[in-house]
Amino acid sequence: MPPAAPRSGDAIFANVERVNAELFTLTYGAIVRQLLTDLEEVEEVNKQLDQMGYNIGIRLIDEFLAKSNVSRCVDFKETAEAIAKVGFKMFLGVTASVTNWDADGTSCSLVLEDNPLVDFVELPDTCQGLYYCNILSGVVRGALEMVSMKTEVTWIRDMLRGDDAYELQVKLLKQVPEEYPYKDDE
Amino acid sequence: MQFFGGSDISPLPPPPTASGNNAHMMYVFNRNGVCLLYREWNRSLRTLNAQQDHKLMFGLLFSLKSLTAKMDPTSVEKGNLGVPQLTGQGCSFHSFRTNTYRLSFMESPSGIKIILVTHPRTGDLRESLKYIYNLYVEYVVKNPLYSPGMPIRSELFNMTLDQYVRGLG
Repeated sequence: MPPAAPRSGDAIFANVERVNAELFTLTYGAIVRQLLTDLEEVEEVNKQLDQMGYNIGIRLIDEFLAKSNVSRCVDFKETAEAIAKVGFKMFLGVTASVTNWDADGTSCSLVLEDNPLVDFVELPDTCQGLYYCNILSGVVRGALEMVSMKTEVTWIRDMLRGDDAYELQVKLLKQVPEEYPYKDDE
Repeated sequence: MQFFGGSDISPLPPPPTASGNNAHMMYVFNRNGVCLLYREWNRSLRTLNAQQDHKLMFGLLFSLKSLTAKMDPTSVEKGNLGVPQLTGQGCSFHSFRTNTYRLSFMESPSGIKIILVTHPRTGDLRESLKYIYNLYVEYVVKNPLYSPGMPIRSELFNMTLDQYVRGLG
């Protein structure tokens, strides 16, 4: 029996269990608020959000692979498309677009017009350096690391800081091939 | 099969065609060679201790994957044998059969390898292995108390797995 074809983001999104969007947004907001209270330093909060996102990403990748039937991506361009069209749709309900490819195809931007994490949010003056959605950059980095790609993910544009969209830059640092894990003399 | 909120595991499992213990044993490895799960239903001969057995199985599959990829007549790459491959690159073998058993294998792009050893007349188990991968996601990955990379100790997962495997033809 040939393997099943990859499913589109919409099809999977229609089939997974969904949670109330406001509950999701408010829960995330509560997490960020608590981190700000506990850590006080905006840079620390950014780092912590990224770490949390990383821990989510290393698990999320298996769910993504299991539900979407996506076969191995031949190159980074395919990977970026898969994240933007299938991944974001499946988990956040919004699609992103992929733009700004650099010359060797190792760096691109994912642009989100709509971001459910930031509904109702406005950054006060005391939190000006905060990347509110930094958890997303951690998630992408963690997930890609589990498929052998070491990446660097940073925010280029952030609507909470006055820009007109959310733009995440994903840069492929290197592909890590699988190595035989046991030493020969063991 | 219905789970916590009523959502179905997708894809749906193939309908069970025969009852009884057709499966001998099952291994789940992660990308670092850690044996996350070993289940045994029907194995009469055990020659190595558990650790050596796992290493042997992992090594066997690692080498087989490498060899099958290099011997691929349709591949355009000219890599040398022994050069580490990216997970999932090249062709992927999915089963081999001897006169006494059939070994079915599935590897996800994230390096999770699922191996099921059954009796030799079993058909293509790729869909079943995908279903088991879905079970792994639902019961293990989504469990916040499970640390990735550690052996799986989930009664619920073991139970559901046993139930499903017993139904395989």
